[in-house]
Amino acid sequence: MTGDGLLRQAPRLTLILLTLPVAAGFLGTLMPAFWHDARGFHALWAWNGLPRALGLSLSTGVMATAGSLLITLIIVAGLYGSRGFSVIQHLLAPLLSVPHAAAALGLAFLISPSGWIARLFSPWATGWQVPPDLLILNDPWGLSLTFGLIAKEVPFLLLMAIAALPQTDAQRRLLAAQSLGAGRVSGFIVAVLPALYAQLRLPVYAVLAYSMTAVDMAMILGPTLPHTLSVQIVIWMMDPTLSHQSTAAAAALVQLLTVLGALLLWRLAETLLHRLLIGRAEAGLRAPWADGIARRIGAALGLFLAGALFLALGGMALWSVAGLWGFPDPLPESLTLKTWTRSAPDLIESGEMTLRIALLATLAALMLVLACLEAEHRFGLVPGARALWILYLPLLVPQVAFLPGVQVVLLRAGADGTWLAVAAAHLIFVLPYVFLSLAPAFRAWDPRIALAGAALGAPPWTVFVRLRLPMLLRPILTAGAVGIAVSIGQYLPSLLIGGGRIETLTTEAVALSSGGNRRLIGAYALLQMLMPAMCFGLALMVPALAFRNRHGLRVAA
Amino acid sequence: MFRRQFMLIAASGCAQMAFGHGALAQSNDWSAILEEAKGQTVYWHAWGGDPKINDFIAWVGDQARERYGVTLEHVKLSSTADAVARVLAERDAGTLSGGAVDMIWINGENFAAMKAQGLLFGPFAEGLPNWVMVDVAGKPAVVTDFTLPTEGFESPWAMAQLVFEYDTARLPEPPRSLGALKDWIAANPGRFTHPQPPDYIGTTFLKQIAYGTLADPSVLQQPVDDASYAATVAPMWAFLDDVTPNLWRSGKAYPSNEPAMGQLLADGEVDISFAFNPGRASAEIAAGNLADTVRTFTLEGGTIGNASFVAIPFNAAHQAGAQLIANLILDPAVQARAQDPNILGFQTVLNISSLSADDQARFAALDLGVATLTPAEIGPALLEPHASWMVRIGQDWIERYGVAQ
Repeated sequence: MTGDGLLRQAPRLTLILLTLPVAAGFLGTLMPAFWHDARGFHALWAWNGLPRALGLSLSTGVMATAGSLLITLIIVAGLYGSRGFSVIQHLLAPLLSVPHAAAALGLAFLISPSGWIARLFSPWATGWQVPPDLLILNDPWGLSLTFGLIAKEVPFLLLMAIAALPQTDAQRRLLAAQSLGAGRVSGFIVAVLPALYAQLRLPVYAVLAYSMTAVDMAMILGPTLPHTLSVQIVIWMMDPTLSHQSTAAAAALVQLLTVLGALLLWRLAETLLHRLLIGRAEAGLRAPWADGIARRIGAALGLFLAGALFLALGGMALWSVAGLWGFPDPLPESLTLKTWTRSAPDLIESGEMTLRIALLATLAALMLVLACLEAEHRFGLVPGARALWILYLPLLVPQVAFLPGVQVVLLRAGADGTWLAVAAAHLIFVLPYVFLSLAPAFRAWDPRIALAGAALGAPPWTVFVRLRLPMLLRPILTAGAVGIAVSIGQYLPSLLIGGGRIETLTTEAVALSSGGNRRLIGAYALLQMLMPAMCFGLALMVPALAFRNRHGLRVAA
Repeated sequence: MFRRQFMLIAASGCAQMAFGHGALAQSNDWSAILEEAKGQTVYWHAWGGDPKINDFIAWVGDQARERYGVTLEHVKLSSTADAVARVLAERDAGTLSGGAVDMIWINGENFAAMKAQGLLFGPFAEGLPNWVMVDVAGKPAVVTDFTLPTEGFESPWAMAQLVFEYDTARLPEPPRSLGALKDWIAANPGRFTHPQPPDYIGTTFLKQIAYGTLADPSVLQQPVDDASYAATVAPMWAFLDDVTPNLWRSGKAYPSNEPAMGQLLADGEVDISFAFNPGRASAEIAAGNLADTVRTFTLEGGTIGNASFVAIPFNAAHQAGAQLIANLILDPAVQARAQDPNILGFQTVLNISSLSADDQARFAALDLGVATLTPAEIGPALLEPHASWMVRIGQDWIERYGVAQ
């Protein structure tokens, strides 16, 4: 059957779709590093900020990833199945959908010496009539940046964990461990964590690669003397004299190798911790005392991070209607809708464009991913390590290391500057996230259900459409929401591939953020957040409605 | 050299003819341009970080549609270099016509880079009908962009001059010379900073220090001389070495650009800020973003001034429409609107005395705002140094201060 033939080719087609642009763009972007006797490398080695910049990328990336993973696991271990957990679950959607740049700007206003926290306590508690000269933002150790990254990555990892948990048979495993005398937390660590982490591994790697190469967040919260390497690469690439392209290319290559090195180290650490865990389990880890602590710490951390993000966004929302608002006033002197009325036409126009691109890219990604996974299942294909790496390519290769090359390729084809081209470029980044988010659930689906269906005479397509899709509605919608959020947050692809003609909320917000106008940034940030938040809300609500009388399909909570 | 003079002569001759009754070749060309531009959509790539500028550009777009049937699309950039890189990528890809960028808000090194690489359309500026009103004699910066002659490859649209801003509520009397500023910084640690070089305004501040400390500032008009460079700029670094420990955050962090520094003034984190737009403070006060106690001042001996330009890429799809917009921006009504502090507060590039009585009245009617210095008060505008100084000083700053100790 031709349908079957096409389906069989789906994984190959998808891999080509990911490899081709990345490889072509990668070559086009990195080649300049080797021009003129590798002048770029000489310039890079001669830069006195390189060791610190590289160290910062590594330290902030690893700290942010380890921190987010630890916090995610504490929350899951301490609160899974409790009332607090479902509260956190409902907070996830709006938190996840906050674009990194918006969150960073909000956090910056929250924690800076002239920020909201300082204003709330000044001068009555602090005695500050003018803001103190304290190095909190842009600190040379990258702590503000790490904090910002953690605040943004914990919601992502939590969402991935929640999507994976039903597939790990967590409840029964926990029950078994507890019946052997283990505490909640130790039971979770010994019985659930190994299965959960196996499914969380890919998202964790994506978080590590992202955190090490984040540009927008690092520009706002990160150190500036020197910048992190990824920010410096963008500065070199954008240099108006066009004389640092080769340095930027060389640095992009170094950045890539550092990310690969960090991933290897992480893998090594996984193995070590796994051994340690087995040792503890065999020694009879029970530790019932840990339960209360984990529950309290988990709740506190969850509340703290959610609170910080909500306050940050609240601050930005308030700025969008603020009149004059000087230090140390805790609230603006006056409120005005001037910012909103003045920018309403722009907001509507770019909002509509943003949504159109996000929907198309996500829909295409979902169809491709479902086709791949169904082909994998039906023809017994086993994705090799190579396929996995290819899937990872767009998430591991810093965007600045291959997008300029993609732009040149699209220009040659005369296909740039249209919203379709931008949506196609978004697909490269949306697809891996959709795959990472959907594959674990899809693969963990019990194949005996398909067998039962077949035994009742249903052809494979009927099994897919009538059994698999409905049963996997929740992870599919979640993956779709993730895809939309990823698309809405894209900056460089929209700017470069759109030729500046395609205005999305994010390109507008980042352009504005260089001007530091908190009022207008606040308006854009709010809208940027609301749009994906509604998608996540739908992803949680639709299954709850559809399955209100299907007990077995509810989230085990 | 000959070529350049020839073009200047030819172009100014044409412009005069266009305005005279004869209306010969150039006028015919211009009506052809008007005809060709009708119905075109011009993509103007301009920095989009300031809503007031964005609103102004949108208003220019309304004018273009009403008067000429030309649609103007503002492509909002976070950095002008994005547009330069875009045109470069198009050339590399072989897009020799029909390019995405029709017009760029440009000056300085971006212009120098594009001109040197042959990425610009022109010369066109001196052929614009409104060119005759431009104040070439009084504002030499309109034809000299960082010592580089513009040769008609870009058309000016606004003048800028470095002015310092301070809040009288916290600082009654500002330091009005470089020496006084140095003493003030020492006496008030943590209350002054500058954007981080190689940011444009940050490097401009370094150049301002160079003007005030170099034994012979006239060398700044020549390209950097490698042999004498270190000795020449030593007094500038000595000044910076002295003040850096007493800067905001002890010089361990800097604001990224002018608006970020302006926000620091608004937040009360610093007491003195500076901007390239003399009307910025008044405009921000009018918009309710800055306390109405903020005033401006310049340094004795003058501050650096330059012009903003628009240029048209060699492969722009809508070159006729772009020239029409470049001409429209030089219209007295548009220039007067740009100078209105409630709109933009930009200084005009026109010679006011050359305008008709009605147009002169437009400018006379403007209330420049509480914080804006009058042309008499603002003091001399120093010419921008050669672009090579900007690059060199920026690089050296990074080497000296770019890795916090």
